[in-house]
Amino acid sequence: MSGTQGKAIGAETIGMTMRFGAFTALGDVSIKVPAGSFHALLGENGAGKSTLVKCMMGFYHPTSGDMLVDGRQVAIASPRDASALGLGMVYQHFTLVPSLTGAENLVISREKVPGVIDWRKERAALAQFMERMPFKLPLDVKVAELAAGEKQKLEIIKQLYLGRNFLVLDEPTSVLTPGEAQEVLGLVRGMTKAGDLTVLMISHKFHEVTAFADDITALRKGRLTGTGKVSDLSHREMAAMMIGDQPIAALDSRAAPKPGAEIVLKVKALKAPDRTGLKSIDIADLGVRSGEIVGIAGISGNGQKEFLEVLAGQRPRNGGEVMVRGAAYAATRAEARALNVRLIPEEPLKNACAPRMTVAENIAFRTFDVDGNGKPVSWISAGAIKSFSARLVEQFKVKTTSLSSPIASLSGGNVQRAVLARELTGEVDLLIVSNPCFGLDFSAVAEIRARIMKARNAGAAVLLMSEDLDELLELSDRILVMSDGALVYETPIAQASVQTIGEHMAGHH
Amino acid sequence: METTDIGLWGVPLAMLGGAIRVSTPFIFVSLGEAITERSGRINLGLEGTLVFGAMSAYAVAVMTGSPWLGLLAAALAGLCFGLFHGWICKFPKVNDIAIGIALMLFGTGLAFFFGKPFIQPSAPDLPAIPFGAWSDIPQVQAALNVNVLFLIGGALAVFLWWAFRNTHIGLIVRVVGDSADAARAMGLNPNTVRLLATGVGGALAGIGGAYLSLYYPGSWTERISSGQGLMAVALVIFARWNPLGCFAAALLFGGAGALGPALQSVGVTQGYYLFYAAPYILTLIIMIATSSPSRTLAGAPGELSITK
Repeated sequence: MSGTQGKAIGAETIGMTMRFGAFTALGDVSIKVPAGSFHALLGENGAGKSTLVKCMMGFYHPTSGDMLVDGRQVAIASPRDASALGLGMVYQHFTLVPSLTGAENLVISREKVPGVIDWRKERAALAQFMERMPFKLPLDVKVAELAAGEKQKLEIIKQLYLGRNFLVLDEPTSVLTPGEAQEVLGLVRGMTKAGDLTVLMISHKFHEVTAFADDITALRKGRLTGTGKVSDLSHREMAAMMIGDQPIAALDSRAAPKPGAEIVLKVKALKAPDRTGLKSIDIADLGVRSGEIVGIAGISGNGQKEFLEVLAGQRPRNGGEVMVRGAAYAATRAEARALNVRLIPEEPLKNACAPRMTVAENIAFRTFDVDGNGKPVSWISAGAIKSFSARLVEQFKVKTTSLSSPIASLSGGNVQRAVLARELTGEVDLLIVSNPCFGLDFSAVAEIRARIMKARNAGAAVLLMSEDLDELLELSDRILVMSDGALVYETPIAQASVQTIGEHMAGHH
Repeated sequence: METTDIGLWGVPLAMLGGAIRVSTPFIFVSLGEAITERSGRINLGLEGTLVFGAMSAYAVAVMTGSPWLGLLAAALAGLCFGLFHGWICKFPKVNDIAIGIALMLFGTGLAFFFGKPFIQPSAPDLPAIPFGAWSDIPQVQAALNVNVLFLIGGALAVFLWWAFRNTHIGLIVRVVGDSADAARAMGLNPNTVRLLATGVGGALAGIGGAYLSLYYPGSWTERISSGQGLMAVALVIFARWNPLGCFAAALLFGGAGALGPALQSVGVTQGYYLFYAAPYILTLIIMIATSSPSRTLAGAPGELSITK
């Protein structure tokens, strides 16, 4: 059986180059990850990080360049070859099978599985293997029932179980709470220090890199832009390597909140079923005042999505009330228009766009059926839609080949810009936002956050749900924590501590 | 011995016998569909496979004189239909449900076309085991005259339930049905696994058809199936993709289907036609009871096109 705790192995690329037609995704990148080290790979979306690791793992065949494992040149034609050499990868999204138990997942992923599985024998072997691991996990529970942190640990354990001692971790903490992230990375760090494991981690989070990594390599537009020891580099230097000297939109300074400002959104005793139908969400009391951003933190799957769907009218509620400026709000088009409620849901392409309709049509969704004075029109004017959208595309810097391309052909950042253009144009009294920057690159993130802050300063009440705690800390005036379908903790931003918020997110209180 | 009048006891007894008799095609079709759906695909064409299986089993049994060769022919025909479905569905942007409906119509049409000459001749029946021989009461004997296919179906349900958890192949089918990405990461080709699972599912549906024409009702007519193939799909959902559940649900449907004839047999002369509709009404009730606008089905394979 595999899973022997062999020695860590080192890996090295020399002049790795990958071209897709005329486009160079990766140009002459050489990195060196010695055995037993923890190496961080930094870069924006599209910088070539995943192209590089896919070349190393045999998913892509590089146009040119060599790969060395433990100093010897190797040919890696497929992921199977990489696996045979002891190289493994943990993906950003989980690759475990949700309806199988941990034990079943481990056994089925092995190279050789007997036709009939003797579970008594396998369980004994697994228990023995787990004894040597620093991670403690229940293996008889369905993966779907594990917490995100446990799933991530199981992913790592799976790689070790398969005998892989060089792991690529692709943004391993993006779905974890700060506490879970600390724990998982700490354990991995321990294993590298003991010489059992080598890690190449793709990350965006500087504080993680500083806390756990030995060395970094930064990529930009497919080129290597810097490398060095973490101890010699500041966050500013790392950021400069990643994004070069392009300008970053600056956040408006926060206008002082007015204490007596009107409460725009009021939610009372709201109850709604969650997506499994087994539990329900229960928002006892929430108020958002004009000119403030209220952030809602929480690990995904604790009811934030359902809460947003209720506010957006996508999900029926069992009881309770939602009031906007004193009027009952059921998220109809007429009410949203009368009360100036705007919505930026997560995954905008899926939740806020008709993917195959054009950019112009998508931008005009709120306005296409009314004339300049808000009166309904009987004939829709394609010309008016075009000119309206053209103005917004210009103003919000949406990069599109034409106004009549389907919106699905735009990059994630530009889809989000188009949705922002639609939602932030005109008067906005209440803005409901969920994970607005998920998966976007540095400059798009900065710009979108700046727009949200601008809307706040202009007097909008903003409800911001996010799984990114850094984002909440940067934007919010107050932070609430949602756990198990209820709001369990509230703190003004001045007294917010990551530690306490994280504990409430994990449900330890 | 004269016919014994056992009064109203005849109804549950006839329902038990009927459940055993009527449920067998349900068992095979639903077990086949359970395998296919566990691999992440829906084959709605099993109704057509069932009818074609019934026809080919009958035809081969007439020509060779052996019901077992007929059974084999039905399984092979079903396998071909399943593989055809699986093969078409591997192409991108093909919808398995639409293909299933097309194959359902194709299968029934083809069966009618080839089956015309076999409506008159009679074929040998599949053997049954008289478990009721100990009793003097003919109703008991009739009810406990159990066809071997029913027993095989029961054994198959237990075997599949065990195999989904304890064999390599069973786990692979579940992996592919739950997460095609995970399967690919393991080096499995989801399309191949689904092709084979759909093929096996088709073969089982063909066997279910053979039972129809070679045992109960026991002759080939164009009205041989009354939608069992389609109801079996509903039944799989009702059974939460669990083979043992499929077996139990098939018995329940069979019992419901036997309600009409049972009432008729004890002399209820009015309104028993209404009870012939019992299985369909049961299907409707189950579909309504298990659906919900705000939650997903528990236990559903993650890759199914109806649950995605």
